[in-house]
Amino acid sequence: MQCPKCHAPMHTYNRNGVQIEQCSNCRGIFLDYGELEALTRLESQWSQPAPPPPAPPAPAWGAPHGGHGGHYGHKRHKSFGHMLFSS
Amino acid sequence: MTATPLLAELTFRARAQAHERTSTCPCGAATLADRPDATVVRHADTVAKAHAPDTTPTDLTPRLTTAAHLPDVFLAPLTPTATPLQSRLITFWPYGAPVDPDDPDAAPWEAAGTLLARLHRTPAPTIPLPPMRGPAKAAHAVARLRDAGPHPAVAPVLHAWSRLPAWARAEAPMPDTTTLCHGDLHLGQLVRHPAPDGPWRLIDVDDLGAGVPAWDLARPAAWYACGLLPPDEWTRFLTAYREGDGPAVPADGDPWPALDVPARALTVQTAARALTKALARDRPLDEVEQSLVDACARMVSVPPQLAPSSAK
Repeated sequence: MQCPKCHAPMHTYNRNGVQIEQCSNCRGIFLDYGELEALTRLESQWSQPAPPPPAPPAPAWGAPHGGHGGHYGHKRHKSFGHMLFSS
Repeated sequence: MTATPLLAELTFRARAQAHERTSTCPCGAATLADRPDATVVRHADTVAKAHAPDTTPTDLTPRLTTAAHLPDVFLAPLTPTATPLQSRLITFWPYGAPVDPDDPDAAPWEAAGTLLARLHRTPAPTIPLPPMRGPAKAAHAVARLRDAGPHPAVAPVLHAWSRLPAWARAEAPMPDTTTLCHGDLHLGQLVRHPAPDGPWRLIDVDDLGAGVPAWDLARPAAWYACGLLPPDEWTRFLTAYREGDGPAVPADGDPWPALDVPARALTVQTAARALTKALARDRPLDEVEQSLVDACARMVSVPPQLAPSSAK
């Protein structure tokens, strides 16, 4: 195919399994439908997942794992629900 | 719930007080609490509270006065002094909307932190005010546990208690005698006034007094330390307190040197209450209660941290 901008011939390259066309003259790049998304997906695989926020400090006598691994979760324990409101 | 003479009379007094406030009372009435230490009834927008039997006017009146002077922190009482009723003292309050016990995820942790910071920054009142009652109540819970009978979990709780400094066991004056404290913070101590969406205010003046302000942060701190309160909720509470310039903990860095002793005391108190209750009903501890006892057991091998304020 020809470059839509400068009409020089375009060459097909394979970038990480994604076919892209690059102009031999102006170096412009042509992407087919879905190829930009494919590249974005690949890029996000490269960036490291964000580390979880560090747990706030807890005392040495606290629950194991510095307050993690406790009894909270998706559903609060009924007994703790009551404790939240009691002297 | 059996209608005791006190409850019946208190209900009557609340109605009378409510009708004094408005001639168009819809007369919705409810019992909000009926415990040995407090009976609370609501009548429309008025709440009447019968305080614990051992409450004296000498202690209660300055606490009421202090709350009345801090309308940005405390729900203000309707009457400046308590009224005697059947050997109890009763007080009247406007109704405030509480935290929904069925939806603790909606807990106003930021408001709790902000209100406590505001309270702790308030100059101590010039009137004589009794000390904050937190340590005395913890000692009371431990005394009841001693009388409750044998159980393998009693020893670690009592042992953890014995390692606390004397002030935290109410056996010596607190190292801070000028900072105003609530003394019994939990989610039942916050209401929105005017209901249903006014600003959050603290209620319950019975333990109000001068003392170690970290005590007011120590119950959520204990819950967090025991793995019960999720880290994000603890962080929301602590951050709001620090953003309000609360003096109980340093502005940043590790808050635990200041929180350690009160959080241990509150863990022991909560474990003692749970254990006493379980023994009275002859039932095993549930996993939440067991986690408090386990924390007490671990405390024994880690000496209490000395807060900078308690070292002076």
